[in-house]
Amino acid sequence: MIAQKDLIRVDNGDPTKETFVLNLGPQHPAAHGVLRVLLTMDGEWIQRAEPIIGYIHRMHEKMGENRTWAKFLPNTSRIDYLSAMHYTHAFVGAVERAAKIEVPERAEYARVITSELNRISSHMVWWGALLLDLGGFTPILYAFDDREKILDLLEGLCGARLTYCYYRFGGLYNDVDDAFLKGTRDFVTHMRPRLKMYRELVTDNIILRKRLMGIGPISGEMCRKYGATGPVIRGAGVAYDVRRAEPYSVYPKLSFKIPVHPEADSMARYLVRMDEMEESLHIIEQALDQIPAGPFIGKVPRVLKLPVGDTCYAVEAARGRFMVRIVSDGKEIPYRIKLRTPSFSNLSLYEEASKGMILPDALAMMGSLDLVIPDIDR
Amino acid sequence: MSLKTAFLETLSGFKSLLTGMRITAREAAKPSITVQYPHETLKMPDRFRGHVKLVLDPETGKSRCTSCNLCVRACPSDCIEVEGIKREGEKKKSVTEYVLDFTTCSLCGSCVEACPSDAIEYSKDYNVVSLHREDFSRMDLVKKLEAEAKVWAEKNPEAAAKAKAASEAATAAAASAALAKATPAPSTSATPAAAAPSVTTSGVLPRGPEPKTT
Amino acid sequence: MHLLSLEPIRILLYLFGICAFVGANAAYLVLAERKGAGRIQRRPGPNEAGFGGILQPIADGIKLLAKQVMVPPGTDGLLFRAAPLLVMAPPLMCLAVIPFSDSLVARNLNVGLLFVFSFGSINVMALMLGGWASRNKFAIISAARVVSQSVAYEIPMLLVVITLLMVTGTMDLNEIIGQQAGGIWHWNLFKVWVNPLMPVTFIIFFICMLAETNRAPFDMAEAESELVAGAFTEYGGMGFGVFFMAEYANIVVGCSLATVLFLGGWQSPIGVLSGGLWGAGWFLLKMYGLIFTVIWIRWTFPRTQFYSLLNLSWKILIPVSLFTLLLTGAMMKLPLVFNQLF
Repeated sequence: MIAQKDLIRVDNGDPTKETFVLNLGPQHPAAHGVLRVLLTMDGEWIQRAEPIIGYIHRMHEKMGENRTWAKFLPNTSRIDYLSAMHYTHAFVGAVERAAKIEVPERAEYARVITSELNRISSHMVWWGALLLDLGGFTPILYAFDDREKILDLLEGLCGARLTYCYYRFGGLYNDVDDAFLKGTRDFVTHMRPRLKMYRELVTDNIILRKRLMGIGPISGEMCRKYGATGPVIRGAGVAYDVRRAEPYSVYPKLSFKIPVHPEADSMARYLVRMDEMEESLHIIEQALDQIPAGPFIGKVPRVLKLPVGDTCYAVEAARGRFMVRIVSDGKEIPYRIKLRTPSFSNLSLYEEASKGMILPDALAMMGSLDLVIPDIDR
Repeated sequence: MSLKTAFLETLSGFKSLLTGMRITAREAAKPSITVQYPHETLKMPDRFRGHVKLVLDPETGKSRCTSCNLCVRACPSDCIEVEGIKREGEKKKSVTEYVLDFTTCSLCGSCVEACPSDAIEYSKDYNVVSLHREDFSRMDLVKKLEAEAKVWAEKNPEAAAKAKAASEAATAAAASAALAKATPAPSTSATPAAAAPSVTTSGVLPRGPEPKTT
Repeated sequence: MHLLSLEPIRILLYLFGICAFVGANAAYLVLAERKGAGRIQRRPGPNEAGFGGILQPIADGIKLLAKQVMVPPGTDGLLFRAAPLLVMAPPLMCLAVIPFSDSLVARNLNVGLLFVFSFGSINVMALMLGGWASRNKFAIISAARVVSQSVAYEIPMLLVVITLLMVTGTMDLNEIIGQQAGGIWHWNLFKVWVNPLMPVTFIIFFICMLAETNRAPFDMAEAESELVAGAFTEYGGMGFGVFFMAEYANIVVGCSLATVLFLGGWQSPIGVLSGGLWGAGWFLLKMYGLIFTVIWIRWTFPRTQFYSLLNLSWKILIPVSLFTLLLTGAMMKLPLVFNQLF
């Protein structure tokens, strides 16, 4: 609901060029989060869309300066709660890289399996929320039914459903048990026909195609300019994936394709994410076949002090490239933790991309960018 | 576009609509997946992370916590307060007060991981309800443990009796040893009051600090 | 029984009957929709109020009645208050000519079809009045969209009805039903020797009916409230309740019209058992079958974009319905041509 006082008319002296300011407020019925977009509109067309962030700034980076390395782990899950495993992976990987801690193979494979499961569950929330924005009320419930299975698997593994805090420096909190491995295999078998059903119900649907095809073009050039990564840039035809560009963990041992669609519209980004879910299932299957027996955590000193210097570690989170840069001055407490989050860069191109678009199309485009606002504000 | 492609696109579009309807019809025939809480509940998995609780040691009938404060130091949110006293006959301290501020706890598990004596674990409580804020901001885990110990003692009377006897014997032995050290003349064995597993009221023995009443 | 045969008494009884029918339908169709949505989404729907949720509409009604009816300052008071009533009146009028069985019809006019369509058009004007009188920029934008949507979809609907009129030759609804007697193969839907595209005609009619009643996937007016407030924004309490009831009443009228025109009205599909209460039973069965399909469609598809909506009407439905009109005319004249030639 927009209050009358927000409809400021800006009359540029010419009544045919009258514009007004519309506040797409921090409170949304749509499932975006607390993002405020200040729209200057000419009738139904957007002249300027200015995103205003900061409504959920929780000072994670400052908290990193006040806690020991181990105490920052719960924070990492809460930066982007939908793909929490990836973010914990980046932080843990950065500390391991700096302190030269060895991680056993079993732990690395378990990290890959849980990360890819988390990627699928994050994409399902995105899919359901996008369709809810577009007016289809049923697919979100189908997606959440499948997501429940993932959450139940991860709950049986580590006890938490959303903010896992499962990885530790050198490995995992507890070992993966056979129940989890079997449950994951069953899930992969269950999920493939479900993805086919999603394709028939929604992706091939003519109404959705008319809603997304040709809407919200974002070229590869614009992505490079703003640093947008993830499905946004892969939907523009550029095959950039952190798992291939800066390989980490055991991804070099797994074979997977990088889905790329060159059309650069909302439909391309949509298809990239749907294909990513298929590829994640493929990765999980390979990891389940290859996971060795062994210890699940390596040797970590009791009091962890990193050598002086700074280290970076980047992962392919569900939304794009998430990078952690830690600066240590030799003490127990970090000097600086910098979080480079993908949604921040993905949102920054919104102002340029939405010029001259009609309002419902601009909102469909925002849905296809897959923004999680706590990820932007940290 | 040409008339033919427009025509074919319309037909295929219409067919996609019919496919969608067929899928929802098929899904509608499947049973409901809702668990009608509170009429039905789900069982929590073994590793479920509810709030932490003190573990009841079946051999002693008490907590294993030695008030070493490792959990206090491991907690990222500073939400644990532990107090303990050293009782006679025991090598380590026992916990007298363990207060968890559940309003700031993030269920990260660092405390469970840090504990060297396996004294705390996750509970399976997911529907904690109270009308008072203090039940969350100062969650008294020792009191919860005592309530649990009472229930356990009723259910397993032999084990409870064994545990009580063992602790009484240990305390009695320690009391007589301390008495032998404190007074040169051999005196009577520990008074019956010393059978109670708490600080004795006999004036001869040294007393520890008074336990705080919550 | 002399009192009951008096025309005014009979009309009065029918009036109460229709109001009761519409009221009960509006209330319980909401429940049916929510339960149907729940079924499709594999959840129970409302099931706490009463056994299986049967008292839910009553609870909703009490809630709406208890709310304060506010008339915002600066609005056109008369139009603001009149708009819900003007939206509710046309479906009630239209139901006066629809025959529920061979003896259950309030007033069987020989221009029954024309009557229904002329009153159906008032609905659009009433929504426009409601949007205008709200003195809210977004209400009037929504109302303007609804008007352009309704106008766009009236044209193919009327073309389709004209095609049907050519086949039936009469506007009297009871006679139209009478022509479909004898079993399922006599229904207008299957009269493909007169109009080979009759099923397509039915589908076009159904789509236009969805668009006229602002149902998904064409529900720009009400569900646009994600972005901006819809046409009903300034209405609270029972004012909103009346708009809501009017929407379901429109669905009832649209589906019953589709039943009468294409599916044989109160005729049974097996040829026998068409009279009296049996006829009413068949009619209600077919009508509720169509309403169930309307609910099914709503919960399956996302919303169309506004220009897609208009494109669908102007660029696809109107050419196809014009084509069926010409085809039907040609097919009807074909025997004459044959007679002339041979």
